[in-house]
Amino acid sequence: MTSILLALVIGAAFGAVLDRIGATNPNWIGKMLSLTNLHLMKTILLAIGTASVLMFAGQMLGLVDVGHMSVKTAYAGVFIGGLMLGVGWAASGYCPGTGVCAAATGRKDAWFFIAGGLLGAAAYMVSYPMWKAAGLLEGDKLTLGAIPGSDYPALTTISGDIAGIVMGALFIAVAFILPERLRGAGQAVAPAE
Amino acid sequence: MVLNWKIGGVLLGLVFFAAVLLVKPIGVSTQFVILDAIIADAANPGLITATDEGYTSTNAHLAKSGGAYAKNAMTPLNYSFIFVLAMALGAFASAMARGGVGRDERRLPAIWYANYGDTPWKRYGMAFLGGFIVLYGARLAGGCTSGHMMSGMMQTAVSGYVFAAGAFAAALPVAITMYQKEG
Repeated sequence: MTSILLALVIGAAFGAVLDRIGATNPNWIGKMLSLTNLHLMKTILLAIGTASVLMFAGQMLGLVDVGHMSVKTAYAGVFIGGLMLGVGWAASGYCPGTGVCAAATGRKDAWFFIAGGLLGAAAYMVSYPMWKAAGLLEGDKLTLGAIPGSDYPALTTISGDIAGIVMGALFIAVAFILPERLRGAGQAVAPAE
Repeated sequence: MVLNWKIGGVLLGLVFFAAVLLVKPIGVSTQFVILDAIIADAANPGLITATDEGYTSTNAHLAKSGGAYAKNAMTPLNYSFIFVLAMALGAFASAMARGGVGRDERRLPAIWYANYGDTPWKRYGMAFLGGFIVLYGARLAGGCTSGHMMSGMMQTAVSGYVFAAGAFAAALPVAITMYQKEG
């Protein structure tokens, strides 16, 4: 029961924040990915950095349970799948989470995105044995540094907690350094919506 | 008006941190498979079957990791599935609180109108195709923008960096080519 309550609270907060930062709006995504308005990119980089610093600092202080981490396996399919997601993300202006949120706010095209997504996920379910047989799903749950209290294999011998805080700080710094736009001239234009 | 990036970024970061602090990292795309499995099992009741230890499936993807996906499809009142439903509710409430998304936008986003004119069905077709590629790719990668890019990179997961590199390497040229007019 507690876990359902947490799902409701954290899920609703996530959806509300995605709506408020413009991530559920394909106009903002299109401008971000065509590099003509990086406001949303700065938001996301700052978010990753903030979460990273808080989590690793919390783990160092013993306030955050390392067992709650869940590192995904790195394998060749991650890169291929990333390329595919990138194409569809740019073309549609939605990713799985923001597509669901946008549909909830009444955007018609987002419902078509979800329908296509359900079909795409089903197509993967059917073709999964092919990728597995090709050996493209094999890998390790690698992290940058060795994280105390976890048994994830590490890429380097540096402390995982320090690596996490440094990377977090780096994300925050990039969020501040990044200009408003990288392509086109003049002030970055915000979508009307 | 969207939130200033400094405020929005900290708020979004706090949500991702709260998820790890209280439960586990945020992820969304797996739930598309779970909903597919629920629908497919309703249409074809032999797809998922109970075993002594839990559930299994005639579909290899649903049966992997000891039938984890099969189990979630049979017990949809679990954290991850409810999370996605709550996310939709949160976005709806937030949009309503700021006056709702305008009628024109709901029908056709401005950036599409600026580049391709008043062609809503072309847009819906593109959104459908985009959704197909996005979810196929996310399942192949084992996660999406939430699970790999944000949750992954915040945990210094190598898979997160690899995914982000792939996603942006493809997304930037496609967006730059497709959406030349700013809208």
